[in-house]
Amino acid sequence: MARDMSDKDILKMELEQLQKEVKNTREPVSKTAKEICEWVEAQAAEDPLIKGVPEDKNPFKEKGGCIIT
Amino acid sequence: MCDQTFLAITFGPCDNCTQNKPLMNIYLKNEPINYCSLCVELMACQALAKGETINTLKAESESLKAKLEEERAKLHDVELHQVAEKMEALGQFVMKTRRTLKGHGNKVLCMDWCRDKRRIVSSSQDGKVIVWDAYTTNKEHAVTMPCTWVMACAYAPSGCAVACGGLDNKCSVYPLSLDKNENLSSKKKSVAMHTNYLSSCSFTNSDMQILTSSGDGTCALWDVESGQLLQSFHGHSADVLTLDLAPSETGNTFVSGGCDKKANVWDMRSGQNVQSFETHESDINSVKYYPSGDAFASGSDDATCRLFDLRADREVAIYSKESIIFGASSVDFSLSGRLLFAGHNDYTINVWDVLKGTRVAILFGHENRVSTVRVSPDGTAFCSGSWDNTLRIWA
Repeated sequence: MARDMSDKDILKMELEQLQKEVKNTREPVSKTAKEICEWVEAQAAEDPLIKGVPEDKNPFKEKGGCIIT
Repeated sequence: MCDQTFLAITFGPCDNCTQNKPLMNIYLKNEPINYCSLCVELMACQALAKGETINTLKAESESLKAKLEEERAKLHDVELHQVAEKMEALGQFVMKTRRTLKGHGNKVLCMDWCRDKRRIVSSSQDGKVIVWDAYTTNKEHAVTMPCTWVMACAYAPSGCAVACGGLDNKCSVYPLSLDKNENLSSKKKSVAMHTNYLSSCSFTNSDMQILTSSGDGTCALWDVESGQLLQSFHGHSADVLTLDLAPSETGNTFVSGGCDKKANVWDMRSGQNVQSFETHESDINSVKYYPSGDAFASGSDDATCRLFDLRADREVAIYSKESIIFGASSVDFSLSGRLLFAGHNDYTINVWDVLKGTRVAILFGHENRVSTVRVSPDGTAFCSGSWDNTLRIWA
């Protein structure tokens, strides 16, 4: 669809979009960044790629070993 | 021999103003029309509103963009890595290839994990779509598509079907059966129809709806059973290369990225583009929602990955290094969102600490560009597909 539109139509579409976006509500980065960090801290304890998985429990580490069905 | 074209100038009454003038023979909607040059100019100007030209539109667009940046900058009071300084640094990273899935005859273009955390579907340039058991490396199903360059594939949430598409401009769903002898191609269901190649597809929370993105610049939501178009999303001005759905708890939105360097966030129900980010310097190859749903990351041909915060409405981090000059083709987060895996065209996978903005590891192993990277649903491993025809599972 975008390929069939003339340059003018594309510009008009972008313009309307920008007019809408200027009205969006925004929060300060200090607040949102803090919340992201807190969320990660809460979840990081459960993240197998961070805390590591003991060799015998990880289905990928042992080739041909325990297959969890 | 005789390959010169001559423009015959006709002279006579104009179809529009009826004056006798040299006429321009033009075609409007396949109908030949003879207008004098003055009338042709007037006709071209009719579409423009009073005082509106391409230049005025551009100028207005630029000033709005500047205003938007100003509004965003007001809230940019601190950097993400500053807030993350107090966090513990990550330990030494040891990740190795645990399985190598060989079997594709050509470049692997896309892959997806099944929710059972062990099955994988992958698609390749040679038109084959293969379902693997990642624990044993066995191939469970194989389908040959009628087209080459199958750029998109996705596993259904139930694990009972896969969707795929590419240069055929369609997205087709194949129900997977347990019967090995059954010909899967016979059960194929064509769901989506675009006017250009299919770049990415994803099931929504159920097997019943599929979201697709295409080289024709649009994204679309389809009902699988009837093949009906439920909603279409217009707003990109060039090919859309990637999309990702928001994690189910946070609502009905998805993000898409394209060759127009923009990443757009859409509301699935209304079809509206709610937010748009244009800070990348080249095509965006991959977008992925942050596990909390409040942010998303993107990987681009400009060799950087960036994190965009949806509530602050701005880019909050750039993951790049002078030494990384090849584009990132695919990105994914670990379960907690602390790590970002990015597959690059220089055959490596870079692993970043999302919050501190530092690289924690480079993974070598593939012998050609890495085209797709996906973390498993339970976060115990991630899989990468490459143009070297193999997939690797890392843990």
